[in-house]
Amino acid sequence: MHIPVHPVITPLPKLLVGCVVLLLGWAAVGVAGLLRPRSVRLAGRVLFPLGALIGLALAVLAVTSLLGGGIERMVLPIGLPGLPAHLRLDPLSSVFLALLGAAAAGISMFAGGYFRAGQGTAPGLLGLQYHLFLASMGGVLIAADAYSFLLAWEAMALTSYFLVVTEHRRAEIRRAGLIYLLMAHVGALAILLAFGVMHGAGPFTFHAMRSAHLSAGWAAAAFLLALAGFGAKAGLVPLHVWLPEAHPAAPSPVSALMSGVMLKTAVYGMLRVGLDLLGPPVWWWGLAPLALGLFTILYGALFAAVQTDMKRLLAYSSVENIGVIFTGIGLTIVFAGSGMPAVAALALLATLYHCLNHSMMKSLLFLGTGAVLHATGERNLGRLGGLIHRMPWVAWLTLIGTLAIAGLPPLNGFVSEWLLLQSFLFGDQVPHTFVNLLIPMGMALVALGAALAGYVMVKFYGVIFLGRPREASLEQAHDCGWLERIGLAWLALGCVALGLLPVQVIGALGRVSAQLLGAVVPQASAHSWLLAPVPGRPVSYGPAVLLTATVAVVLLTMWAVRLLYRQRVRRVSAWDCGFGALTPRMQDTAEGFGQPIRHLFQPFFEMQRELPAPQDSAPRYRISIRERIWTIAYEPLCTATDWVANTAARVQQGRISVYLLYSFVTLLVLLAVALLS
Amino acid sequence: MSAVEWFTQGLEVVVALAAAPVLLGWLNQCRAWLQNRRAPSLWLPYRNLRKLFHKEALIAENASPLFRLAPYVVFGAMVLAAGIIPSMGTRLPLVVSADAIALVGLFAAARMFMALAAMDVGTAFGTLGARREMMVGFLAEPALLMVILVASLTSSSTALPAITESLAAGGLGLSPSLAFSAVAFVLVLLAENARIPVDNPATHLELTMIHEATLLEYSARHLALMEWAAQLKLFNYVCIGFALFLPWGVEVGPIGPMGLLVAVPALALKLAAAGAGIALIETVSAKMRVMRIPEFLSTAFLFAVLGLLVHVLLGA
Repeated sequence: MHIPVHPVITPLPKLLVGCVVLLLGWAAVGVAGLLRPRSVRLAGRVLFPLGALIGLALAVLAVTSLLGGGIERMVLPIGLPGLPAHLRLDPLSSVFLALLGAAAAGISMFAGGYFRAGQGTAPGLLGLQYHLFLASMGGVLIAADAYSFLLAWEAMALTSYFLVVTEHRRAEIRRAGLIYLLMAHVGALAILLAFGVMHGAGPFTFHAMRSAHLSAGWAAAAFLLALAGFGAKAGLVPLHVWLPEAHPAAPSPVSALMSGVMLKTAVYGMLRVGLDLLGPPVWWWGLAPLALGLFTILYGALFAAVQTDMKRLLAYSSVENIGVIFTGIGLTIVFAGSGMPAVAALALLATLYHCLNHSMMKSLLFLGTGAVLHATGERNLGRLGGLIHRMPWVAWLTLIGTLAIAGLPPLNGFVSEWLLLQSFLFGDQVPHTFVNLLIPMGMALVALGAALAGYVMVKFYGVIFLGRPREASLEQAHDCGWLERIGLAWLALGCVALGLLPVQVIGALGRVSAQLLGAVVPQASAHSWLLAPVPGRPVSYGPAVLLTATVAVVLLTMWAVRLLYRQRVRRVSAWDCGFGALTPRMQDTAEGFGQPIRHLFQPFFEMQRELPAPQDSAPRYRISIRERIWTIAYEPLCTATDWVANTAARVQQGRISVYLLYSFVTLLVLLAVALLS
Repeated sequence: MSAVEWFTQGLEVVVALAAAPVLLGWLNQCRAWLQNRRAPSLWLPYRNLRKLFHKEALIAENASPLFRLAPYVVFGAMVLAAGIIPSMGTRLPLVVSADAIALVGLFAAARMFMALAAMDVGTAFGTLGARREMMVGFLAEPALLMVILVASLTSSSTALPAITESLAAGGLGLSPSLAFSAVAFVLVLLAENARIPVDNPATHLELTMIHEATLLEYSARHLALMEWAAQLKLFNYVCIGFALFLPWGVEVGPIGPMGLLVAVPALALKLAAAGAGIALIETVSAKMRVMRIPEFLSTAFLFAVLGLLVHVLLGA
């Protein structure tokens, strides 16, 4: 197969200019909201849909650039003296720009119907923050020097911080925002250091970093710093603690953007540094993201299973999916460093595919919870239930996302999982003993994570939408409006399309593996509906066939049953085992669904249980679950920081005479040093 | 694709549909004999299905359309799986559309729909059953994938036809790594199909039910489809076992009429032996508590890992 190792650099960067114009368009849409900041109608009916159109245009442009496979460069005369802003559009950034545009199109459409005048930030101001957030994420993806990258990165962190604290009148939301801001800056610091190591003696452009020859030790240090920095942004355990706080605090479209898109910018950064800027990777670098990723999968899935807040549950599910993505990155590096470029390309495709999938399905689920939150005012799973009757649109569209994220064929979640498992199967050929044994075992963890995701999603969907309403007030719940439906349907369509057209998607993603690894996976089958990407192995998967055949069998069975047995259907009350009236309280709760997990994986959780006494007339059962990591790591760290700060503060007396004394003593010491040397 | 291949493909599905209830009837018959009881008729599952199809369907008042759709989806997935598993020939039109991993995914999809449907009416036992069913699922799936991994290491492919063909080429003996994973597979098969010691298919005590609890609200044709799907699932699992470990009699390579003459009786013989074997296991073991199931399935996982170690370290 033809591998374009040296892609053509086009003289006139048409697509890149288009990208910049669209990103500026987003910023302009945001600024326009300030004209009438209190007007819900202007922001909701005009600006957010306009933002969605820009997202769509950006996606189209990015896909065009990806299919072209070229690289475009541009230098804008803004920024630091001596370091103008370098911009670059290549296949890797195109994939993530397409992801940003496509997800933003759906989310903005939904947001148009979602935001209403409320307690928090005014709609116009919110629109400004929202669209600047979008534009800065785009900026991260096209930046080609460390300065503009970090500038966009920080703009992204700040705008998203303001979005998280939209309802800033509530103390717990301010607290969540603070944790988010702290972690974002710890991560940014690590990224800054990584760039500092990488630039060597040259200028801070990515181009110079590519040609800088680092020693093995410095290169490894840069890689690990980047892993820490981007891992903190992505939510890799143990740096994930901000995620389950910030995602529930933010308004749902913002949660969707953060989880669906912003986490992927960190993945983009990791791929950019690990596979592009640092040159050919060393195989053992990959073990760090691989091990952390596998642990993150298990950790995220377990904590998702025991949550009772629907948005927290989704946040932990995002942690799990980030684990899948980093596992893929780790595998890519291990294979690429072991001289197996074709297999590395397979793992890289699985990684990128999962990024695309997750942006679609997680956004869809977060928006679904947003619609539920608006209709009921409840985030607690214990007070929901039976909403499929009241909100059919939301329920059925969310079902697609639920099945997709549970990794079920023929939807999209399964494709990336399948690709990842297929690349795991090459683990025994890695030319390093022990590693070739451990990698296939990692496959079991991925499988456990996927199966746990199924468990979590049954809980999520079953408790919210199925069963009987657990509160009387749920009977008044209403379905969402048209803009919201369009947004949800767009993302659901994305899930289905990514699931049914894997050959086409992989063909496009192959440009990235050609760029980064110099290898593409083969398409061994002559049929465009049959995915056969595994190098040298006759394995194939045809989701469209599966779907068509299942639908055909289902329809045939329905027809046969109808034809042969014309028995009618009678509605009766549910079977109560002779007990008498069933109440909605007798259904399994979210806590109940977490029970087997709490029991099986006890060491992971820090639990506090309140059990009722036998004579209690009004028995109550309470359980609170915390992550051990807070007691083990973060709280001691906070205490230590406090102690250091307090100790240092003793020098500061606040009296001018003391400070003069300090200066005087310093002067004396310096004089003494100067005299003695 | 020749006409013979399409014919065999159709035949495979029809045979699965017809043989699945008989397999269950045979299993129950063997079990009754082993327990010194008078055995029920071999055709009892058929009569049950017929009876259920002729009844008036009762549906709970607050059941959603999902509840009525689920039996068809579950049944459809199982029928499709029966077409994908190479139980008679390896070169069939449908087998390329899913490898072993996708097949596991297909089963997972059916299970998910069943669990969601069980939660739909909102009774205590339905949700309990759904939760337990999903728990068995997430414990069994890693073990099953490890089994598939070991089988795929010997043939460098997760496609069932490729595994079957490379095994059939290797003669009658079973390598040590495959023997270990075969044990693991049997344990997973028992768990996934709600057999003793994981679940008791004959229980009428709601508290101990797993699979049956998810079906409590179903009646008439919906129940018939669910039961038929469960029988098909058992049939499919047994056939996956044949494809992974006992490929004798399966027509490898292009299929012809003579091949079918061998393949069909061979399949019948193997199914009879498998049914008797499962009945024996069920007779000599007792149902365990729900919270012991993780131990049971981690044993399965360990056996599969042993198979992997034997393969990678000893190359056997």
